Amino acid sequence: MNQFQYVRPSKQQAAIDAVAKDPNATFIAGGTNLVDLMKRGIATPQKLVDINRLPLARIDADPGKLRIGALALNSTVADDKQVRERQPLLAQALNAGASAQLRNMATVGGNMLQRTRCSYFYDLAMPCNKREPGSGCGALEGINRMHAIFGFSDKCIAVHPSDMSVALVALDATVLVSGPKGERRIPFIDFHRLPGDTPEKDTNLEKGELITAVDVPDGPFTKYVHYQKVRERASYAFALLSVAAALDIENNTIKAARLAMGGVAHKPWRLTAAEQLLVGKPATEDTFRQAAEVAMQGAKAFKHNAYKIKLGPNTIVQALRTAASAA
Amino acid sequence: MSLPPDLEQPAGHDESRRTFLKQSSLLTALTFVPGPVVQAATNELDEKVAAAFEKVPLKLEVNGVKHKLSVEPRTTLLDLLRENLNLTGTKKGCDYGQCGACTVHVDGQRVNSCLSFAVMHEGKKITTIEGLAEGDKLHPMQEAFVKHDGFQCGYCTPGQIMSAVACVREGHAGSEAEIREYMSGNICRCGAYSNIVAAIQEVKNGGQKV
Repeated sequence: MNQFQYVRPSKQQAAIDAVAKDPNATFIAGGTNLVDLMKRGIATPQKLVDINRLPLARIDADPGKLRIGALALNSTVADDKQVRERQPLLAQALNAGASAQLRNMATVGGNMLQRTRCSYFYDLAMPCNKREPGSGCGALEGINRMHAIFGFSDKCIAVHPSDMSVALVALDATVLVSGPKGERRIPFIDFHRLPGDTPEKDTNLEKGELITAVDVPDGPFTKYVHYQKVRERASYAFALLSVAAALDIENNTIKAARLAMGGVAHKPWRLTAAEQLLVGKPATEDTFRQAAEVAMQGAKAFKHNAYKIKLGPNTIVQALRTAASAA
Repeated sequence: MSLPPDLEQPAGHDESRRTFLKQSSLLTALTFVPGPVVQAATNELDEKVAAAFEKVPLKLEVNGVKHKLSVEPRTTLLDLLRENLNLTGTKKGCDYGQCGACTVHVDGQRVNSCLSFAVMHEGKKITTIEGLAEGDKLHPMQEAFVKHDGFQCGYCTPGQIMSAVACVREGHAGSEAEIREYMSGNICRCGAYSNIVAAIQEVKNGGQKV
């Protein structure tokens, strides 16, 4: 691993300045992804700005919303009473990710900023436009069974690995950031981006911008929710594909719906058209199947991931069915 | 270089001196040695010289013993325990956070010690497998692993036991399914899982203080 300078500011502005003014500086929080990437030589920061002493770990149960600090641990959020009562989908998604040890280290902000686990991104001997812009995409014609079926470009077909983010995009969360130009709020759906011609950029954060919190608005989704994750072993693996489903059901009629997929695109993939189809319909298998069909429109498979074209709708139906019967 | 006064700058930095040393006498002295040897030697010397000027002071408590150390920022907590403090009970398996062999407790929480830098644990209390027993008296989880044969080769066992203790303390050992889910971060290539689950269940149901 390359050597680096280490600083541990106690003030937020000092941390932001330290990263904003130094092109080779980066924030570190839980480190579960960054340390991994540094050991492999994929990330080579010259300076680490440790933000763990900043007071950003609180979970505030405000009227109308939960404000979750960027440094709140994944395990703390998943076990938080207010989160479990008001946003059970988020708690489920968090517990579906990583392991108990990693959730004790990983922060909410860091979870959103984790890099893809595309094996070409991780292999320094292979081309990867995300790791080394202009070098090409190894996955396009390579082993692409884990890769995207929506929103990809000819520069990158990697997927975003976060489970938590799939729930947050479904729940209309907002990301609060603070940077050299002040503070701003980013709707979760606009936080991550599609690869286009610049897959090296995962998000719309600017240099030096620090995530301070995530706001999750209260909604009617406290009961009929389910996070369905499909992976190659029972636990502790990244998703082949996942679905976050949240329903509001009265007298067997769907009053409101939120639906998003993970493991299918460069960003957590919100399924707005399928949500619209669900509203006003009876909560039946037939309705769920129709929604799944709509959700999959425009999906396109590569050589090794055609199974996702079938797995996708089946997982959507299973997630909706389980959500509807949760009580 | 100037830093805002708020930035806690670890002592011992002197970039100009480091750069000067790297560029000067060490390289000149090695001019007549064959190429590959020079490369290896300069790398090593560079590392040593640089390390001498890049160390950061670190205070932490390990198994009840307070330590005042000076470490390179890139030293992981795992390497600090094994290489600097000679606590080799904590194992290095994958070194990438995928196997759980390196599991220790930091302020009571189980973590992968391979995936964090030691300097990030300033002032924290670390417990390793060596800190679990009280003298000759094994911790109930250690007893249970022995009784139920919760291992074969034993390499993953320190991590399994540290994780298992935390699993019970967290209240995540309520059923076999819950234990399996919350122990999924600890891989056992010998496949002693069913015996590990039995050991954890016994401790959970035994009512001893864990």
